[in-house]
Amino acid sequence: MVDAAAAGESALLVAPTGGGKTLAGFLASLIDLAANPAPGLHTLYVSPLKALGTDVARNLSTPVEEMALPVTIETRSGDTPVNRRKRLKEAPPHILLTTPESLALLLSQEDAPTLFASLRAVVVDEVHALAGTKRGDQLALCLARLGTIAPRARRAGLSATVAHTQALLDYVGAGTPPRLIEQAEGAPPVLSILLPAERLPWSGHMGLTAASRILERIAAHQMTIVFVNTRAQGELMFQALWKINADTLPIAIHHGSLDIAQRRRVEAAMAAGKLRAVVATSSLDLGIDWGGVDQVIQVGAPKGVSRLVQRVGRANHRMDEASTALLVPANRFELLECEAAIEGVAAGEQDGAPPPPGGLDVLAQHLLLTAAAAPFHPDAMFAEVVRAAPYAGLTRPDFDDVLRFVEDGGYALAAYDRYSKLFRDAEGQVQIRGARTARQARMNIGTIVEAPLLKVRYGGRGGSLGEIEESFVTMMSPGDTFMFAGRLLSYQRIRETTLEVTDGGTGEPMVPAYAGSRQPLTTNLAARVRAMLHDPTTWTHYPEPVREWLEMQRDRSELPGEDDLLVEVFPRNGRWFLVAYCFEGRNAHQTLGMLLTRRMERFGYGPLGFVATDYVIAVWSASEPTDVAGLFEEDMLGDDLEAWMAESSMLRRTFRNVAVISGLVDRNQPGQERSRRQVTVNTDLIYDVLRRHQPDHVLLRATRADASGGLTDLGRVGGLLGRVAGRVRAVRLDRVSPLAVPVLLDIGKESVRTEEGMDAMLAETEALVAEAAGTLPTSEAPMRVHPVHRSNLAILQRKPRNRAPARASS
Amino acid sequence: MTAAPLHLAGHKLLLDPLGGAWWPEADTLIVADLHFEKGTAAARRGQLVPPWDTQATLDRLTLLLRRYHPGTVVALGDSFHDVHGPGRMAATDALRLRTMAEAHRFVWVLGNHDPTPPAGLPGLAVDTWEQHGLVFRHQAQQGAAPGELCGHHHPKASVETRAGRVTRACFVADQRRLMLPALGAYTGGLDVASHAIARLFPRGGRAFLLGQARLFSFSLGQMQHGAA
Repeated sequence: MVDAAAAGESALLVAPTGGGKTLAGFLASLIDLAANPAPGLHTLYVSPLKALGTDVARNLSTPVEEMALPVTIETRSGDTPVNRRKRLKEAPPHILLTTPESLALLLSQEDAPTLFASLRAVVVDEVHALAGTKRGDQLALCLARLGTIAPRARRAGLSATVAHTQALLDYVGAGTPPRLIEQAEGAPPVLSILLPAERLPWSGHMGLTAASRILERIAAHQMTIVFVNTRAQGELMFQALWKINADTLPIAIHHGSLDIAQRRRVEAAMAAGKLRAVVATSSLDLGIDWGGVDQVIQVGAPKGVSRLVQRVGRANHRMDEASTALLVPANRFELLECEAAIEGVAAGEQDGAPPPPGGLDVLAQHLLLTAAAAPFHPDAMFAEVVRAAPYAGLTRPDFDDVLRFVEDGGYALAAYDRYSKLFRDAEGQVQIRGARTARQARMNIGTIVEAPLLKVRYGGRGGSLGEIEESFVTMMSPGDTFMFAGRLLSYQRIRETTLEVTDGGTGEPMVPAYAGSRQPLTTNLAARVRAMLHDPTTWTHYPEPVREWLEMQRDRSELPGEDDLLVEVFPRNGRWFLVAYCFEGRNAHQTLGMLLTRRMERFGYGPLGFVATDYVIAVWSASEPTDVAGLFEEDMLGDDLEAWMAESSMLRRTFRNVAVISGLVDRNQPGQERSRRQVTVNTDLIYDVLRRHQPDHVLLRATRADASGGLTDLGRVGGLLGRVAGRVRAVRLDRVSPLAVPVLLDIGKESVRTEEGMDAMLAETEALVAEAAGTLPTSEAPMRVHPVHRSNLAILQRKPRNRAPARASS
Repeated sequence: MTAAPLHLAGHKLLLDPLGGAWWPEADTLIVADLHFEKGTAAARRGQLVPPWDTQATLDRLTLLLRRYHPGTVVALGDSFHDVHGPGRMAATDALRLRTMAEAHRFVWVLGNHDPTPPAGLPGLAVDTWEQHGLVFRHQAQQGAAPGELCGHHHPKASVETRAGRVTRACFVADQRRLMLPALGAYTGGLDVASHAIARLFPRGGRAFLLGQARLFSFSLGQMQHGAA
């Protein structure tokens, strides 16, 4: 690292967690500063977490003071007070520790070239967690900007081991290839599976039945992190542990919705060794190292090998000692997934998708902010932007469309000439129109778009407990009980943007669910699960119920193959079920389910509904699907897809984020919501209008690009159809097969995602209410139901499920 | 398409799923809160939202006019998002609206967003309009006599269904009053459970949620309390 720095080269250091790599990033800077302590900003450190910056500042101060180096260190983030921000400009520190958003803000100031003129080094921490995200896109653009205004600054990237090292090299290099420094892996982790005392359940994702076993293991170790997959699962597991925690072991909870001060207290208690366990979500995936953690327990499916390795690395931060970790599967398929993950770790495999191209919405924000600092020429700016790795493949027409959007909205009618935010001067330079536009741009910095949130606090007194999604609160009434921050709380009232609560309460508590918090199964892990299913010799060490389950499947049906697609067709309750063992992850299966039902409609099978899990998809229909191979032909990704994508509510949700990030609508500022309601236009309404009038608008293109990688996972659908072409193995059975049982238990949990589907749900609810009240519905108009949601018709006769919000996350 | 009948102070009205109310006896169509030129109003403040909201609202209005061929159209106020709205209207949109206003008798009830008559448009501009005992206002009056039609609040309602919460714009009605949903393409809404709306229906009432082909009717008591 120091060698590379001495040569003025950029470098990427790839090392397992706990290799002391953060300090390695600074060593060269300290040496340089000790020799040449000139005033001015020397080294910039950027990490995804404010807390990391604070921690690094503390860790750096010690050697700096011990060696009496004349080096000043400061942190800067959104919460930095105004007087310190001012000082930063007047007397910049040698080393500045910050986040991508704060860096973007600094770069948007007119004096940015002065501040960064003396910059010699940029250290980017946790590169693996940034590359491929929108925050990472923003940082990449900022790094490219720094490359222009501070060309002498070398870059040092710090990353955990990942599958796509080259992508990270490109990311750090931003135009010039950096040196790769790989640190050897430490002792391989010791992984084993922990099963509940009872039989492993068929379905469910919470893993609560294993709570007593988990508590035993916590008692047997010094400090344990119990990782869970969702915040709802975290709250439930925390309650389950405390219910049986007879010895009152100090066990805490940590997740992203908790109040920041509360999270800091938990982290401090961990650092001080005062806790025996923390139930945590991905909020502890990154961050400060805690030496005292000697055990990691992953509850629920690990979903990916790299993710598991990083989580396991949170224990035993010493290179010579192996980390120990336990995997707790919540159901039978998850047991297979845990076994596969253990194999994957043993094989030293890394997985995860390569970073997708940079978001056009992020580019729009960046262009406006850059113009706020100084005028630029489009040709020069395009050359700069494509040096940022996520935008290396950006075409000039796309760039021009984004610039045009920032300028005047980019609408076909050019109706907004007089409201444009940018203008071009006589020399072709792009300038921002006025200080107000610049101020507005700076107010909207950032690429994280939160769902509308309410603060949770005790009525009248007491601090904040954290934040909760408004949509969850609207499902409750005063007096209702819910679990949050590890407490049982009772809803009192809403005041402005705060939910006031009291302790305790009666009745079945609800658990807040958070949108989009579940990761899909990675491709590599899925391939391993398929291989294990196919090879009975691997089954011998599985627990009895799982082995029996697989043997029964072999006897009654067939086993999924390694590179074919097993599709079972069987009658049940007067309907026909088609179950396909695709193993492509829930998002891809949702998309596939929609495409399949549309095609089955055309084939005349009368599809009624579908349900998707991470492993399989099940569709049910009125008639027997006979041409199964025909259903899975590759041309499935055609017009149906376009039609469905356009009306899907997933696209609306994606569009909302794109609209905020790109600056189309203002970000909600706390406290300003009331005054803004007058001018802020709901993005769903904008989406409808834009889609009708300019379907190829750059923001709709950005939305589709986001959706195809994320919620719809089109890439994996396409990959699957290509892989199994000519290898679809249809099996006709007389009854449900053993492997199909878990997915059938999931039926009825899916949510509607289109306008028509929602109409059907409204009609059903209206009819049920009217029936209960003994009155007739107001209208007898026939219901139209979207094929995707025919399930609604089939279940119309049933009583509504008592819908616990916790389920919404599953 | 199915319109839902509603009886208000002895008059029969048909509530249309597009968001307008048809009063056959008086040959009158009632709409509320068109908010023309809300898009350009946002653009003036730096939010360059797509400029076709006026066009989209006109499209909706055209569908209603074709469906009912009304002699009279009553617009219940906030027809323009602000007083400068008419001046910002694109020429083609302005022509469409003028043609409509010439083909039907328009009654422009004035609202808080458009307190002055729309410049250059035919029709009658009034604070309150009365016809056969029905009273048309922008903002409901607490304690008004039965037979009041109003807009202003842009009512919407949320229903908890088996597959999650569904939120739609809606009509709200009791024995005395009918509140219409906003027809404007960029108009958001206020939850019917919010105090501002609920206090106008103290003895309960029904919400009629807009659907693609029909309305969905629920009593106000069945509504989820939305965070206002």
